[in-house]
Amino acid sequence: MDGAINESIAAVPVQWASKAVQIPAIQERGQREVFCGLTGIVWLHRRMQDAFFLVIGSRTCAHLLQSAAGVMIFAEPRFGTAILDDRDLSGHADFNDSLDEVVQQLHLRRPEIKTLFLVGSCPSEVIKLDLATAATRLSHSYHGQLRVLSYSGSGIETTFTQGEDQCLKALVESIPSQPTATKTATQLLVLGTLADLVEDQFTRLFEQLGVNDVVFLPAKRASELPVIDQHTRVVLAQPFVGDTLRQLVRMGATPIDAGFPFGVEGTRQWFHAIANTFDVSSETFDSVMEAPTARARIALQKVVPQLSGKSVTFLPDSQLEIPLARFLHRECGMDIIEIGVPFLDRQLVQSELDQLPDSIRLTEGQHVDRQLDRLRNDKPDLTVCGMGLGNPLEAEGFATKWSIELVFSPIHGFEQAADLAALFAKPLKRRNLLSVPV
Amino acid sequence: MKLSLWTYEGPTHIGAMRVANSMKNAHLVLHAPQGDTYADLLFTMIERQDHRPPVTYTTFQARDLGGDTANLFVESVNEAAERFKPEVLFVGESCTAELIQDQPGALAHGMSLDVPLVALELPAYARKENYGASETLYALVRAVLLPQAKARREQKNTASAPTNPRPLVNLIGPSSLGFRSRDDVTEITRLLNTMGIEVNAVAPLGATLQDIAKLTEASVNLCLYPEVGRAACDWLKREFGQPCINTVPIGVTATREFIQEVADAVGVDAGPVLNADASRLPWYSRSIDSNYLTGKRVFIFGDATHALAAAKVASDELGFEVVGLGTYSREFARDVREGARRYGVDALITDDYLEVEQAVIDSEPELVLGTQMERHIAKRLGVGCCVISAPFHVEDVPARYAPQMGYEGANVIFDNWVHPLMMGLEEHLLGMFTEDFEFSGTATPSHLGSHGQPLTQTLADATASVPQFAESANSAVEPPGGAVEVSNALNWAVDAEKELKKIPFFVRGKARKNTERYAVDNGLATITIETLYDAKAHYSR
Repeated sequence: MDGAINESIAAVPVQWASKAVQIPAIQERGQREVFCGLTGIVWLHRRMQDAFFLVIGSRTCAHLLQSAAGVMIFAEPRFGTAILDDRDLSGHADFNDSLDEVVQQLHLRRPEIKTLFLVGSCPSEVIKLDLATAATRLSHSYHGQLRVLSYSGSGIETTFTQGEDQCLKALVESIPSQPTATKTATQLLVLGTLADLVEDQFTRLFEQLGVNDVVFLPAKRASELPVIDQHTRVVLAQPFVGDTLRQLVRMGATPIDAGFPFGVEGTRQWFHAIANTFDVSSETFDSVMEAPTARARIALQKVVPQLSGKSVTFLPDSQLEIPLARFLHRECGMDIIEIGVPFLDRQLVQSELDQLPDSIRLTEGQHVDRQLDRLRNDKPDLTVCGMGLGNPLEAEGFATKWSIELVFSPIHGFEQAADLAALFAKPLKRRNLLSVPV
Repeated sequence: MKLSLWTYEGPTHIGAMRVANSMKNAHLVLHAPQGDTYADLLFTMIERQDHRPPVTYTTFQARDLGGDTANLFVESVNEAAERFKPEVLFVGESCTAELIQDQPGALAHGMSLDVPLVALELPAYARKENYGASETLYALVRAVLLPQAKARREQKNTASAPTNPRPLVNLIGPSSLGFRSRDDVTEITRLLNTMGIEVNAVAPLGATLQDIAKLTEASVNLCLYPEVGRAACDWLKREFGQPCINTVPIGVTATREFIQEVADAVGVDAGPVLNADASRLPWYSRSIDSNYLTGKRVFIFGDATHALAAAKVASDELGFEVVGLGTYSREFARDVREGARRYGVDALITDDYLEVEQAVIDSEPELVLGTQMERHIAKRLGVGCCVISAPFHVEDVPARYAPQMGYEGANVIFDNWVHPLMMGLEEHLLGMFTEDFEFSGTATPSHLGSHGQPLTQTLADATASVPQFAESANSAVEPPGGAVEVSNALNWAVDAEKELKKIPFFVRGKARKNTERYAVDNGLATITIETLYDAKAHYSR
């Protein structure tokens, strides 16, 4: 298990059944070609329209965010960096005074912002700036006009998508505990950012199933937070929100072991687990699922021939690697050679791993040079990797899919199953299409 | 602590990466946490580089902090030296590593490596990317040539004069992620060759350790990119008496000055190259079609070198009016301030893009020349824009040959800068028939297609439509601009307002401002059609 943030995994057991033999993970340690958790801000700030993300960090943090964001997509983003300078480090400037000034500047400029996240970075963690206390103090001083929360997206503690987990955990922890249960019926909480389109599709399916009380976290507005109690059932939409899940469990919620809604079968299994929890009859389930399942299968079958029998390796990146490998293997007929994950949160992905053959090589962490040595030896037909490696690998003759696109595209659910397969098929198709010399 | 939304320059270690990545067979080991590897994509995505940058990151994590991060660094250096077998090894640290004070330079020196080592000091909390690049090149040149320099100091005046049959020069400063560096080197090399001059070495772009070692064989250094190259050139001048030519050959005039200076420095005849009809810019600019370029209002922002060069070309070679000039390169602020005076504007020295945006709005340009940030600002305001400086994005690394320097560079500049502007007759027709529903002031130039968004219209009314900018970060220091207050206080008669709308949109904003200023100066409470034309006459030039 990696990093400081996940140390709580063992503390709150989320036990789901799994097959007796577990695929072992090979531990890797060395240079990691992954983003840090700050990168999550790139999509979180679009999702939560009343929130602003203020990174307390260095010029590197600001540079990372604008580089990872595809550079300058938005005129004035709802994120920024309070860049620490020599005065802050030498103690000449009082941290709290400087922070207050920056927050006031932001508040004047963007009065419509209701939630401000102070986001810790590598430098702020190393010099031990106490953002949690600062957040409490600032929340108090803005008298309800601005709620200030904090979390760490630092690279020393979090990788790429873990930033969302830490952000959501901070949000959940800010929910006041209820003295007595306020809900009487069970409520479904879908955890992890989904594309708006997918959320709408899922909402319609939930309604048809008779699961009417559904909330999504994060919601479109950060200020809209559900009540968490023993009536809460949590289902994961993303495989990187383990700490938030465990926090919800501590607060009384019950997790649903559903896998992840990628592909036709994956989505069906996911809904099935939810339907079971909410006592939906099998007749209702079958009739609601029938049409979307059928049409998604037809659409997917058009793409499958382009992928079937091809081999694929995932380099560690977004934590989506295991469920997506399951989809490519089970639904698209691909051979999985290696799955690299930044860190392995087995509790979350065991049901997905159980659907993969024991022959796969599962690696946790990264030593990028050694991993590339293995890749050159394995010669997979397709390599899923980050943007820093894409062009160099293409130049070496590998077909690649940049993994960040998988985080920024609607890929969940029935209607997107074929789109998801097409994302992997496109680089292969393109190679066949081009007649320019290599 | 300073609030920043977008940054012009990255941190210092990115500058070091640019130098290491520019070179052949060099490697950089960076003491840096997980996540800093994002920087690889700057090279592999923006420049479509087909190989990984030669950088190893130690990737320390929180759990390492209590333990031995220094040892992690030593292991990484050993592994990188073994795996990549570089000719020269740079070691440095990023912002977080600076805080844990492992002293990678000292650690590496203690390792008795059998590869030349350059330890970098990259103050992450005080300086920025270009400083890092400049410092890295300087540290490299110094490390390689210090023995030579010492020998020269001891036996004064024994430095052998260059004995090559053809004069040799060095090109200093071209680098990875430098704006059009690759093509500029080709263009300038070609130009020098036609003068009978050989390029001895280019540094850092494409340089080997051997190239650095032979820098002293050239009789003159051509500092093409002062942001990256000046510190190294200064040191070479001091230690080896190598003269440095600082004229940056962007635009026809500067290229001719550059040719003359180089010719004088190495003792060749500049005549044949100067007299050659080498660029189309002069004639294109004098041809009658270009009349419509006269007095086009242009706002310029970028690194100091490109911004200053752009201002000169815009003003002297295209006949534009420079209405704004600025840079994010604080190191060169003095040069830019001096340059701006020539155009009667105050130089904008800032790295806050919100300030730049406000300055663009205030100066009501018809063309913006800047970085990708200004392109974004211009797009938002519906003004034409051309990128002339780093930072830039993937579309500013064209497949075609597109230098900025030399004669071909001047051709490229003419084409690129004129492209976003509206053609002459089209502009006239728009002015004549302002109420045509299809062919109106809200149309984009026809050759740019329809973007479905108003061009310049936005800018014409910008002072009124974007009040939030008046409340920018600095509003506490400076009161909001006068124009906003003025329009609130003054009353436009309905027919005058209507008449104003008949004025071509690209000058409407200015007409409104001038009329209001005239009304205030003359104590008029209401603006009539008469006031409008009185003001027009008053401000006519």
